[in-house]
Amino acid sequence: MRTKLTTCAVAAATALALTACGSDEGGEAEGDGSNAQTGEGTGEDCVIEGDVAVGAALSLTGAAASYGESQQRGLELAAAHLAESDGVTYDLTIEDDQTDPRQGITVFEQFVNADVSVIIGPTLSNGAFQAQPIAQEAGVPVLAISNTAGGITEQGDYIFRDSLTEQQVIPQTIAQATETYGLERVIVMYSNDDAFTESGYEVFAASLEEEGIEVIETLTFAKADTDFRTLLTEARDAEPDAIVVSALIEAAIPLVTQARELGIDVPIIGGNGFNNPQLMADAGDAAEGVVVGAAWNSSSDNPENTAFLEAYEAEFDAPPDQFAAQAYTGLMLIDQAVRANCSADHDAIQEALGGLQDVPTVLGELSINEDRDAEHTAVVQVVEDGAFAVLE
Amino acid sequence: MQQLLNGLFIGSIYALFAIGFTLVFGILDRLNLAHPAVFAASAFVGIELVERAGLSIWLAIPLVLVFGGIVGLVVERVAFRPLKGRPDAHFAGLISSIALAGMVIALLQWRYGPDTRRFPAGSFPDTRLQIAGAQVTVVQVVILVVSIGLMVGLTLLVTRSRLGRGMRAIAENPNAARVLGVDVDRVTATTFAISSALGAVAGVLFAMNVNSAQLGMGTAIELKGLAVIIVGGMGSLPGALVGGLVLGLAEVFAVQYIGSSWRDLIAFGLLFAILLLRPQGLFGARKVRQV
Repeated sequence: MRTKLTTCAVAAATALALTACGSDEGGEAEGDGSNAQTGEGTGEDCVIEGDVAVGAALSLTGAAASYGESQQRGLELAAAHLAESDGVTYDLTIEDDQTDPRQGITVFEQFVNADVSVIIGPTLSNGAFQAQPIAQEAGVPVLAISNTAGGITEQGDYIFRDSLTEQQVIPQTIAQATETYGLERVIVMYSNDDAFTESGYEVFAASLEEEGIEVIETLTFAKADTDFRTLLTEARDAEPDAIVVSALIEAAIPLVTQARELGIDVPIIGGNGFNNPQLMADAGDAAEGVVVGAAWNSSSDNPENTAFLEAYEAEFDAPPDQFAAQAYTGLMLIDQAVRANCSADHDAIQEALGGLQDVPTVLGELSINEDRDAEHTAVVQVVEDGAFAVLE
Repeated sequence: MQQLLNGLFIGSIYALFAIGFTLVFGILDRLNLAHPAVFAASAFVGIELVERAGLSIWLAIPLVLVFGGIVGLVVERVAFRPLKGRPDAHFAGLISSIALAGMVIALLQWRYGPDTRRFPAGSFPDTRLQIAGAQVTVVQVVILVVSIGLMVGLTLLVTRSRLGRGMRAIAENPNAARVLGVDVDRVTATTFAISSALGAVAGVLFAMNVNSAQLGMGTAIELKGLAVIIVGGMGSLPGALVGGLVLGLAEVFAVQYIGSSWRDLIAFGLLFAILLLRPQGLFGARKVRQV
């Protein structure tokens, strides 16, 4: 079915005519959101007739809903900004994958069948490994905006991402924390039923070894767990210099709260999942002393970032998090790529995304490297007085 | 010591949840799978009461108890009573209660959204107690006291009161009980109300224990609750109490002595072993199925 539709789309593209493809989808026959669109001019002067269709698969419900919501806001804000500039207009469709990889597959299939120009998502690496191969197979470019696990872009040459991997951020985090706190012995905790937290754990373990830090014990839990007292009691009794945790925010909040309740006052070093203002909002004082590496420096004063902060606050009456920033950046990068070749064609976008160099973004100057991963500087933060401050 | 207390706190919540479950099963021979949904709903309602109405959490607990009771009446009225005349009433009730559970969760999602919800900061007294070298919060002590208190109260109710006699009579034989002048419908409804009230309190206590309420929290505890009542002996109240505590302690000590990855395997393996040794459960009476 998929192959047939793609063939059909290619046929339509070559013929540049409204041929009846005998397909019940009707999408490309009517020409809206077709990848056959190619416009006039380049860059800012590029003009493309009709809307460029962008599909986003986000986790709006389920365990990762809090990330998905931020991403949705980031994308909507970006879409609103892009709508202000002339020439290219975007038709952004956001679908919920319910934090369920199977649902993610369904959503990706929908997007491929509807022949969108580019797909964003899904939210979790877990779902990404299941869903992204569908787009790869169909030759539809994908931009991952939050997957940080290793191996995402190795799935194929149509898969890109703008989120720094744990491999890029965590070594910097551990190195900085070791320097600041003089770490020697730590406890490591992670949820072992999730691709994202598991890959985060592996990088933590490697970085700790690199720095010559002793791991007293490694404790595992499930991503849906909320009671960590048993594990934390184990951790406390080992008297570590710090606790290193790879977990999603849903687990991070009760974990941090309960750790402080049990009298653990050493730094808690978290992976990307901890990088969320919700941590301070919900864990309150318990969040003090949490160290987390991040791809996005919320206090950066580059002009893109200050404008983004201002617009986001005005629109949603809340500060954005990294997920919102990366989502926002994602759609902006897509706009760059579409305008670069002035085409909404799959292969044109793929080529242009791979060629992005030193693009000024909310995340800083961003380039896509030959592995189709983003490269830009990371920041190590610590929670102080209820806010992230740069750890020095 | 700390671990022992950790096990007791979580075990007492499992027990309270399972006791509500087993009460309906023991007396009415019905499995009410809307129970986990009541568990989740009451956690959200408890948080709402504290957050919106500004009540103290201590006042929220009895209100949630009442809320649970009312929901129990609704569950009985909607999911069980209309089907009670059917020859397959057990199975039909099971299915309709699952349907009702799905509706409750959908309503919760509509009302509260998908996010994890928490009590507003500062709702709990942050006094910590030292018990034999273990750190314990006041909330945890309250959880234990409330759970044990409710379970003792329930046992007294079932063994001593007129209502309890009615319940036991129905458990023995509903038709005979009706002939003897027991108002079967009323006692059935009351049983559901009490059962759900206990499940509701378990829900709000669980939310207090970990300071979070999620839509999936009922599903997470459902399996544990079922395991507990099977191990305790289907329908046995003391069995559910002991089973809950055993499961809580087994989880804790599996982590301490064997390793955190093995927790569920050890805990459920232990329960399985108990069943192999005592197929009727710890406190279950061996029953001969009537044909």
